Amino acid sequence: MYNTPSDHVCRGRRCGVGALMSIIYALLFLLLAPVAGGLIAGIDRRITARMQGRVGPPILQPFYDVGKLFEKEKVVVTNSQNFYVLCYLVFIALSGAMFFGGGDLLLVIFAFTLAHVFLVLGAYASNSPYSHVGAERELIQLMACEPIIILAAVGMYMVTKSFYVADIAATKIPLIVFIPGLFAGFVYILTMKLRKSPFDLSTSHHAHQELVKGVTTEFSGSTLGSIEIAHWYEAIFLLGFVYLFFSWSPVIAVIAIIIIYVFEILIDNTFARVKWPLALKSSWLVTAVLGILNLAVLYIIGGFLK
Amino acid sequence: MSNGILEGFWLDLVFFLILFPFIAAIVLLLIKADNVRSAVVGVSALLIAAVSVWLLVAYATSGTVFFPVSPEPLGELMFLIGMGIAVFILYMGFRYKNYIAIALTLIQSAMLVYFEFGISHGAAPENNFFVDQFSIIMALIIGIIGSLICVYAVSYMKDFHHHHPELKDRRRTFFFIMFVFLAAMFGLVFANNLGWLFFFWEVTTLSSFLLIGYTGTDEAIKNSFLALNMNLLGGLAFAGALIWLALTGGGMELDKLIATGGIIALVPAVLISFAGITKAAQFPFSSWLVGAMIAPTPVSALLHSSTMVKAGVYVMVRFAPVLQGTTPGYMIALVGGFTFLLASAIAISQSNAKKVLAYSTIANLGLIVACAGIGTYEAIWAAILLIIFHAVSKSLLFLCVGTVEHQVGSRDIEDMNGLITRMPKVAVMMLIGMAGMFLAPFGMLISKWAAIRAFIDAPFGVIFVIILAFGSALTVFFWAKWMGRLISVPPPVENAERRVSRTEWLVLSFLAGLVVLATVLFPLISSYLVEPWLFAIYGQVTRLAQENVAIMLIMLFLLMVLPVSMLHYRKNQRQLKPYMGGMTTTSRMHFTGAIGIDREVTLGNYYLENYFGEHKLSKIGVPLCIILLAIMFAGVAVAGLVH
Repeated sequence: MYNTPSDHVCRGRRCGVGALMSIIYALLFLLLAPVAGGLIAGIDRRITARMQGRVGPPILQPFYDVGKLFEKEKVVVTNSQNFYVLCYLVFIALSGAMFFGGGDLLLVIFAFTLAHVFLVLGAYASNSPYSHVGAERELIQLMACEPIIILAAVGMYMVTKSFYVADIAATKIPLIVFIPGLFAGFVYILTMKLRKSPFDLSTSHHAHQELVKGVTTEFSGSTLGSIEIAHWYEAIFLLGFVYLFFSWSPVIAVIAIIIIYVFEILIDNTFARVKWPLALKSSWLVTAVLGILNLAVLYIIGGFLK
Repeated sequence: MSNGILEGFWLDLVFFLILFPFIAAIVLLLIKADNVRSAVVGVSALLIAAVSVWLLVAYATSGTVFFPVSPEPLGELMFLIGMGIAVFILYMGFRYKNYIAIALTLIQSAMLVYFEFGISHGAAPENNFFVDQFSIIMALIIGIIGSLICVYAVSYMKDFHHHHPELKDRRRTFFFIMFVFLAAMFGLVFANNLGWLFFFWEVTTLSSFLLIGYTGTDEAIKNSFLALNMNLLGGLAFAGALIWLALTGGGMELDKLIATGGIIALVPAVLISFAGITKAAQFPFSSWLVGAMIAPTPVSALLHSSTMVKAGVYVMVRFAPVLQGTTPGYMIALVGGFTFLLASAIAISQSNAKKVLAYSTIANLGLIVACAGIGTYEAIWAAILLIIFHAVSKSLLFLCVGTVEHQVGSRDIEDMNGLITRMPKVAVMMLIGMAGMFLAPFGMLISKWAAIRAFIDAPFGVIFVIILAFGSALTVFFWAKWMGRLISVPPPVENAERRVSRTEWLVLSFLAGLVVLATVLFPLISSYLVEPWLFAIYGQVTRLAQENVAIMLIMLFLLMVLPVSMLHYRKNQRQLKPYMGGMTTTSRMHFTGAIGIDREVTLGNYYLENYFGEHKLSKIGVPLCIILLAIMFAGVAVAGLVH
């Protein structure tokens, strides 16, 4: 009768051996991402300490912390809150696995949003003032970040003609040259996603938070440990996203990731926390100006190339 | 996949679906006893739903089937009823001193008389009715969801009059109009003769007018006339399209007109799309749908999910191939796009649950209108998915809010705090309905995803991708904070769920099941109904890649399995009170505040009125969309003159 392109065309590594490789990559992510994420958190704390003129904890400190959390007594405000955190962890891990498995970038982004909605619901469930305000702020941050993440994926599609991470990662085109505006916008909201100052509104790695611990106020013990592990998964996924902008050259990509991360730490230590309206307005403004300009230019270039 | 012509319309399922709800309506007008009414509604609803499914089985694989029906006496009968409706509206207009309604009706009647006796003679088409895959999809939505809402209404309206003894009990009229509404909707999706389609169109306008004004309070009358006038304005454009077709000899048959294309089809496509924009409550006409929430909740559910607004987008999707790539088409798409963006933003600032639902409907219809205006095969694929999934989730949400309103006594989202402990089952169903509206892997999100892909591949589509990216972020915010209200666990309260009637449970559970089922079945709906239909029109189809479908099914499976973990979490956990900055609280969350006053902790959501206020954003949306519509008309006028 008729065929759709997806019926008979195999791109990236999505067929036969390719499918197997996808699954292996996804499994490797599930196993190794917490290790790598924990190490990055440890290095982060060391660099932060040095910036503040302290010695800082051992690199492995985040693992000791999480290990200790799992030894603690199980204490909750309401039973359902742990369920939401479990869903948060599962869907963060799933979206990362889909990403490293080379899957559809838009679907990855949607799964990622779903995961965050679960974290917010967990904070709401406890009916506690601090976590309630944290939840509201976390939602505002979600709203602030979402547009540029989608537009970045769209920009990658416009250059590579594919939404599959596998295809984007395998491209020989230097994406960053075509979508610098989208990259800058993404780095802007990366601060929010990594929970770094000036955008650590809903919860923070630092001890000084006017909301106690925001969304995580009412979580303790193994549940708090799970949130920490989810955050490690998330960090690796986000850095993977940064990689895609530079994927034509893996060496440059790794260097870019390191520079970006150190830059985020520097920002974290040099800026004071802002209020949520500024966070929302500025990130939407950055998205609107840089994102729209970049996509418009891409669209015009695309028209000429046709 | 051949197109066929079938004689014997009078014995066919299609004719049954148009006629039967009308007969049921008349029977219901005559019945006084409550239990007889419930029985009649129940049996009729079951029959209508069953025949809709039968229609699917019978016609799913037969392509487009035409029914040659002689225009006599049916066409003449429709004209007479149409004139009767006009007289009735004139009467209502004089009675309530609404002169705009009178003026619009007079102009429209004059146009129709001119059309009927002045220019249309001898041009009576043969194939007046038809059924194709898109009609089947619409019929399933009307037949299953519409009927379920009627069943729910039996129990709801009984409660409604119990809660409002001051209002006159006009339930006989109520159910009469509800079923007439269904009959008109079936007629609308099966009509191939545009003149007849317009007749059914006007019946839906009248039905919604009467249902919105049901309670007869001043506000209800005011809002019902607002709805009437806006829709009559759209009706004028529709009548203009008929006259254009008669004058240019374009013919009255929908299928031939779309196949012809060109300027002959573009002028009526634009005029009818304008009518569609009024009916689908896009800016600048969104206020009628917001005002319509004054009606009893089943009416809102019906207007928002399976009838009225869906009639608006139905005709636009039909005309999409004609609009594709034209300036007026892009203007229509922009109206839809901006409506999506602004209505989603306004929804954030609303705490009235029905208003949030209303703005969410307007927003999602905006997305469908944007897809229709762009009109590529990918966009239309997304549009049809949006129509299906929106109908299922939105009907469930309205009916849940109706049930909560009767048990809790409020439709304010803040009063739904901790509904998960007070009305656990209803709360879970609401959560399913909301997840269906914005979360992966449920239907509406799949549709938005499809829309993004469709927009990228369309010329100038980047504009719509950007609108969608911002709009969907707004969507996440207002749904998630509402979800948060429902699931927050406050100090123990009494269960208020036991008084909900069995009929309501039945309908709510069925619809909640349908939200999940539609997501599971959507690859089948796509490949057996939507794709063949698109292929017949565009010669091209689109669908989701299989591995993505697989991943979404895995996600759905996880979402159904993960709640089992609740059983584990109930054990071995010590429960503490929330942290209050060191303040001691009682188990009911009271604490001693400044100067020793006993205070209770109350938590409220952010509504961000300063940023997303209704008036503030309407002030942008209304003029913006009026300008876009003006450009649309100017564009089509220039094209017409050049022609």
